[in-house]
Amino acid sequence: MATVTLTPYKTPELFLECTTITPDAFCGKAPQEIAELEVREGKTKLRMGDYFHVEGKAGKTPEETEIQILGDCTRVKYIGFKMTGGAITVNGNADMYVGGWMKGGKIHVTGNVHSFCGIAMEGGEILVDGKAENYVGCAYRGDWRGMRGGTIRIRGSAGNDIGTFMLGGTIIIEKNAFIHVSTHAEGGTIIIKGNVEGRVGGQMVKGDIYVLGEVQYMLPGFQKIEQVEKEVDGAKVKLDHYIGDLGERHPKSKGKEIYANLFVRAT
Amino acid sequence: MPKIVTDVGCPYCGASCDDLEILVSDDGKKILEVYNACAIGNEVFHHASSPDRLKRPRLRQPDGTYQEISYDEAVDYTAKVLLKAKKPLIYGFGSTNCEAMSAVGRVAEKSGAVLDNCASICHGPSFLAIFDNGYPSCTLGEVKNRADVVVFWGCNPMHAHPRHTSRYSIFPRGFFTEKGQRQRKMISIDPRETETAKLADIHLMVQQGHDYELFDAFRTVLRGHDIPDEVAGIRKEAILEAAGIMKNARFGMIFFGMGCTHTDGRNHNVDIAISLTRDLNTVAKYSIMAMRGHYNIAGPGQVWSWQFGFPYCIDLTKGTHAHMNPGETSSIDLAMRDEVDAFINIGTDAGAHFPIDAVKHLRKHPFITIDPNICMASEISDLHIPVAVVGVEEAGVVYRMDNVPIQFKKVVDPPEGVISDEQLFDRVYLRICELTETEPTWIPAKGHAKAPVTAGQ
Repeated sequence: MATVTLTPYKTPELFLECTTITPDAFCGKAPQEIAELEVREGKTKLRMGDYFHVEGKAGKTPEETEIQILGDCTRVKYIGFKMTGGAITVNGNADMYVGGWMKGGKIHVTGNVHSFCGIAMEGGEILVDGKAENYVGCAYRGDWRGMRGGTIRIRGSAGNDIGTFMLGGTIIIEKNAFIHVSTHAEGGTIIIKGNVEGRVGGQMVKGDIYVLGEVQYMLPGFQKIEQVEKEVDGAKVKLDHYIGDLGERHPKSKGKEIYANLFVRAT
Repeated sequence: MPKIVTDVGCPYCGASCDDLEILVSDDGKKILEVYNACAIGNEVFHHASSPDRLKRPRLRQPDGTYQEISYDEAVDYTAKVLLKAKKPLIYGFGSTNCEAMSAVGRVAEKSGAVLDNCASICHGPSFLAIFDNGYPSCTLGEVKNRADVVVFWGCNPMHAHPRHTSRYSIFPRGFFTEKGQRQRKMISIDPRETETAKLADIHLMVQQGHDYELFDAFRTVLRGHDIPDEVAGIRKEAILEAAGIMKNARFGMIFFGMGCTHTDGRNHNVDIAISLTRDLNTVAKYSIMAMRGHYNIAGPGQVWSWQFGFPYCIDLTKGTHAHMNPGETSSIDLAMRDEVDAFINIGTDAGAHFPIDAVKHLRKHPFITIDPNICMASEISDLHIPVAVVGVEEAGVVYRMDNVPIQFKKVVDPPEGVISDEQLFDRVYLRICELTETEPTWIPAKGHAKAPVTAGQ
C-alpha cells in the first residue's frame, strides 16, 4: 500500500471543508497534484497545499492508497467523505462528518470526532480512539434509510442520536451514551458498553441493541420476556431480553409479529 | 375626523389575528385606538407611533457611540461586510413579511451566506420531525369548526398566543361545535400548572424532559399493550383515562410548543407526537399543529422552501447548491463553534435570545441589526438600520401558524424617509452587483412590480 502523508501547518480561521481527503481523490496523483485539490473555507476556494504539506506517493487505485494525517484536524470537516476503499489515519482530532456516506475502506482517528461520524454509511470501518459527539451512524435529515452497513467503533463516549433510522451494520460505543439509541431503526446492531440515560429503541421496528451498563429510564414500550446468556463483542454476559417498541408498527413473519430486541445486562 | 381601518392583521404572535380595527387620526399619521387586539398586539401598534422611533441608520464609532448615517451609506456598509466575509450569517425574519424573505434570498445567494430564521431556536426541531415523519395537519378553521378534543402539549397559549383559545381552539362556536367550550374536552400536558393547564379538563403534570416516554406510553396503550404503573411521573390510570378521551374524539387536535421542541430529544418529541397522531387516526380523525411563535415565522419556511428547497439553516456558501444540516448549519451551532465571520440580525433579537457565548463569538466579527426598534442586539451592533414596522407601516403577505397566507394591511405611513425590509434588501443586492460588476437578476412573478417590462406587453 502506498502512503501519502498530510502535515497540517496552518489552522483555518473558520472550518475547512475537505471532501477531497479520500483515497478516491488521491489515487493516481503525484503530491503536487494532490496539493492542488480544492478545499473550502466558507465561500473561499483554496488548495490543499495552502493548509497541508503533501508528501509520499498515492497508489493507482483507492484500495492501494493510505493517507496519514500527521497532526490535528479539529477544524477539518468531511475526512473520508464517500470513500470506497483504502485507509485514512488521523493522528489527532477530527471535526464533523468523518466517514460520511462512506462505502468501504478504513478510517482511524486517534483523538475525538465531532458530530455526524459515519452518517449514512454503507460499508467499511471507522475506529475512533477518543469520544464522539452526537449523531454517530445516523441518517441524513429526512432520510428513512440510515446506516446500511459497515462498523463504527468509538472507544470513548457518544452523545445522542446513535444509529437513527439504522438499517444494517454495527455501532459499538465502549463508554456511555446520552439519549436516543436506534430511534426509528429497522435493522443493524448497536452495542453500548457503558450506561445510557434513556430513550433506547424509541419507535424502533427491527434490529438489536445491547447495553452492558444501565439504562436509567426504560421506555414504557419495552417488555421483558426472558433472561439469556450471549456473547457480546467477545465477552459472555447474562442479559435481560426486552422486546419493543410495542407502540410502533411491526412487520409480520409467518403470522407472528417481529419486534426489535433490547438486551440489558442482568442485575 | 378620525377613521377606522378594518380587517387589519396583527404583527405579534403566530395566531396572526386578522380582525383588528384601528382608529387612525385625521391626517392618517397617528394610531389613536386599537380594537380587538390582545394587550401585546395593542402595544405593537401604539409603539409604532412612539416619538422616539429611530429614523436613520446608526453606525458605531471608534469611541463606542452611535452616529447617524444615510441609508446609502448603510447599504454600502452591509454589502461590503457580506462580500468580505468568508461565511456570513443572516438570521431572523420572524417579524417581517414574505416579500422581505424573498428579497433576502437574492442577497444571500449572491453573497454566499448562510440563511436562517428564528425557527432555528424555536420550531426548528419540528421541521426535522416533519422531514422524518410527515405532518398530518389542518387549518385553524377546521379546529374551530370540528375539534371536540384538544390537546396542548408543552405549550401555553393563554400567555403566548392570547387569542388562540378564543378564536380557534377552545371557546369559539363552530359549524359542528355549536356549543363551544362545553362541547370540547381539553387536555394539557405540561410540567407546570400554567394558565392553560388551569383551564383544561385534564392536566397531566409530566416530569420535565420526559415527554418522549409519555408519548411512547400513549402509543403502547393504544396498541393494546400494558405499561408500567408510572411513566414520566404520571400514574397509569391517568394515562389510560386521557388515552380513552383521545380515542373517543370525533375530531382531535394536538397542539405542541417549546415544551416539546426545546427539552431533551427535541425533534424526537415532535416525531413521536406525529406517530401518535398517525396511530390515533386509525380510531378517530386527528390532526397536529406546531404553535408557531411570531406572526410570520411560518413565512420563511414557505418562501425559502420554494426558493432553495429547505425551510431554514440554508448554507449557500457552496455556490453550486444549498446545503442544510441543522447541528452544523444552524445559527446557534455556527455561532458557538465560531464558524461564521459576519452576522446580520433582522426582525428578531439575537442579543436577547442567543446563549451569551454565541453572542460573544458573533460580536468578534461585523454585527448588523435591522429592526425598527432599539433592542439588545441593536445595542451591541456595529450598524443598526431602522425599517418600517410590517403590519403597521408596511403591507405584505404573512403565513399564520397553520401555513395559511394572509395579506396584512398598511395602516399608517412610516416616519419620513424610513424604508421597508424589502426595499433595503433590494438596495443591498443592487450594491453587491455594482461592487462585483455583475448584472442583477430579477426573476419576479409575472405582473410583479420588479418584473422587467418587455416589448409587446
